[in-house]
Formats: sequence, structure tokens, C-alpha cells
Amino acid sequence: MSFLVDIYKILSDAIYINLIKEDRYLLFIKGLGVSLKLTIYAAILGIIIGLLVALARMTKNKVLNKIALLYIDLIRGTPAVVQLVIIYYAILGSSSLSKIGVASVAFGINSGAYVAELVRAGIQAVDKGQMEAARSLGFSYGQSMGYIIIPQAVKNILPALVSEFIVLLKETAIAGYIALDDLTRMGDIVRSRTFDAYTPFIVVALIYLYVTSILTYFLGKLERRMSVSD
Amino acid sequence: MIEVVDLHKSFGELKVLKGINTDIKKGEVVCIIGASGSGKSTFLRCLNLLEEPTAGHIYIDGLPIMELGKDINKLRQRVGMVFQQFNLFPHMTVIDNVTLAPIKLKKMSSEMAQEKGIALLRKVGLIDKDHVYPNQLSGGQKQRVAIARALAMDPEIMLFDEPTSALDPEMVGEVLQVMKQLAKEGMTMVVVTHEMGFAKEVGDRILFMDEGIIAEEGTPEEIFKSAKQERTRAFLSQVL
Repeated sequence: MSFLVDIYKILSDAIYINLIKEDRYLLFIKGLGVSLKLTIYAAILGIIIGLLVALARMTKNKVLNKIALLYIDLIRGTPAVVQLVIIYYAILGSSSLSKIGVASVAFGINSGAYVAELVRAGIQAVDKGQMEAARSLGFSYGQSMGYIIIPQAVKNILPALVSEFIVLLKETAIAGYIALDDLTRMGDIVRSRTFDAYTPFIVVALIYLYVTSILTYFLGKLERRMSVSD
Repeated sequence: MIEVVDLHKSFGELKVLKGINTDIKKGEVVCIIGASGSGKSTFLRCLNLLEEPTAGHIYIDGLPIMELGKDINKLRQRVGMVFQQFNLFPHMTVIDNVTLAPIKLKKMSSEMAQEKGIALLRKVGLIDKDHVYPNQLSGGQKQRVAIARALAMDPEIMLFDEPTSALDPEMVGEVLQVMKQLAKEGMTMVVVTHEMGFAKEVGDRILFMDEGIIAEEGTPEEIFKSAKQERTRAFLSQVL
């Protein structure tokens, strides 16, 4: 009996000093807010960059082609944390952009390379005959893309895009490298005050898991909806 | 109506068409036969520039179509095409497949396009299928929708690229029936086909292609009964 009492005391002490004392739970909430904001900004930027790069990758213009390919290889061939630090210190450190702005740009640039390949694969997965059928009716290339190809490509792309953003959310955990107070760094800040290494990071892990679970749930729904008219 | 002068097409080093010359008159049904790789599909696809010819000239109603540039889209509205693999738009219902082009390209009102689309579907023998998606149709039904879709633009010429080759045998008949009906109504048709029965019965003229040229041409009577060339006879003895 006294053993259970001991466990209860250890747990309640841990929760007290890591979450309740000095309102530390607010730090986690604030950190989650920063992580989500960063993910959303980076995702939007990533989609824009990804679309443009995918188009550049598919045009007949050889120069644009090469630039797009170089960008994709560069981003996919180096660690995100290195890209983040380089962009922070070398490129944007001297500008007036806030830390979260800098991090959004860095993660957006990173995500854009992956999104570009998703978009390209999604468009190229649409059967070649679809474009021919549309053109044979008299639609221009742009109209064929708009009415026929893109709507079908979206179905291919959307689930993979949501997956990419789940990855992105977890990837933002390295934002602490440029001293941005995201969820993971808040865990570290609490650890440094309470000298408890386990509880803050288990809390952090549970929060990430909770958010990604929600996203995964919607991803599942999305995938089922997308497959209806196949 | 269609005039083809010394048409060449190469894919890299590979010469697929080596000088095609022919005239197709209004209301004529021309069937193109020949072995796989003889260039018949490539020739057909050159007629609406889905393939860009390497050299030569194509005139449709006197219009040099290879020099049209962006105006090719206008011309393609007058030339319908039916594909071996149907190529229906899978994300749209049957009726939307048929009405999309008239609504977007001819600025036809949605009601008018619907009415016309239903009439065309009835014509190809598909009543009550207007609101299903293509994946719920059989191959023969898909191909008939594809014909209706092409007809919705009121084309003056219809190109058929092996329209029955991807069909189960029991569905070939229903598609050929629709094509026969079209021929009877006076549509100008160019048909690449392996259906010798159809070519014999419906074709006004047969083009036999071999190794990138029209090796022999004539009426079905001339080609099927008394072909002059040895290679025509050899091909026909294989397929008949």
C-alpha cells in the first residue's frame, strides 16, 4: 500500500513542479502555439514554392528546369537543421524579420522542395490520354490543365500533402536551434528550471502525439473521400 | 475536305511516316488498315496535330493546319476524336463529360448543352446513364459516351483511333453500330481499325499502310478481293 502512495506522491510532485508551479503549463501552451503558427506559415509558403517549382520542373524551358532541379536536390540532400541555421545566421539574421518569420521562411523553403515533387508526381500520374482527349476537343493547354488535369491531380496530391504537413510539424521541433520558443524548446526551458528531464519532455511528446493524431484522423477521412469516385 | 501532302513524322531517329499523300472528301468514310507499327495511328493523330508532323502539309478545308499556331484549338473543335482507351474524364459524370466542351468552348448555356447531351446519349443508346460516373460503365458504354462527347462539338470530321481494340468481343458490335449510323448520316470519318468486317461494309475507301507509307488504296472491293500488291494480300491473309 505504501508503495502506491509513494508512486502517487512522485507523480503528483512531478506534475506540480513541471506544470502547475509558476503556471508552467502556460509555457507549453505558448510553445504549442508557436509550433502550430510556424507549421502553418511554413506550409503555406511551402505550397506556393512547391507549385511554382513543380511548374518550373515540368516546363520545356531548360534553364528553369535546371534551377528547379538544383533547388530540390540541395534541399533534399542536406539536413533541415543545417538549412535553418544557415538561413538564420547567414541570410536573414541581419534582416528585421522576427525569429518566427525567419523560421517560417526556412521551413517553407525546405517543405517547398518536397511539395514540388508531390505536385509533379500527382500531375504526371494523371493518364496521358486525359490531356489528349481534352486537347482533341479544342481546349488549350491551360484549360485542359484547369478543367481536366488539376482536379484529378488534387486527388492524388492532397493525402500526401497532409502527410507532409504532419512531418513538417514534427520537423519544426528543431526551431530551438535559433532560440525560437517552440514547444520542444519550452520543454527544455522547464527542464532547466525543475531539473526533471523526463516529465517536461513526456508532456511535450504527448502534445505532439495529440496534434498529429488529429491530423492523421482527418487524413484518413480525406483519403476515403478521395477514393469514392475512383 | 482533308488534303495531306508528303507527310513525314519521325520520333528521334525512328521514321514512322515516310511521305503520306491523300485526299479525303466530305462525307467519305476512310478506313486505315495495316499491321502494328505501320504508322496508321500516328498518321491519324497528325490530322489534328496531337502528333506534330516533321515535314509535309495538311489542309483542312484549305486551311494549312500546321501553320495555325494557337488557332489549332479552334480547328480541333471541328475535328472530333475517339480513342482506343476512351479517355473519358473520370472525375465527371457522363453528362458532364459530354457537355463540358460545348459549355466552356462554345459558350452554350448549361440548359441547352444538357438537352443536346441527353439527345446525343440517346442517339448512342445510353438512356438513364447521364448521372453515373464513367467507372460504372462497361467498355462498350464508355466508348459510346466518348463518341457522344466528340459529337457534342458538332464536328465536321470524326477521327477514330482503333475504337474497338480495347473492348471485350461482345461489346464491339454496339460501338460499330453507332459508327455505322454516323456514316449513314454523312459524317466524314477516318477510322483506324482492325475490324475488317466494318471496313468492308462501311468504308468508302480503304488505305492499307505499311512501313510508313500508304502501300495501296482503293474501294473495299478492290482491296479485299483483288489487291494488287503482294504485301497487301499477305496482310489480309493473316487477318481474315
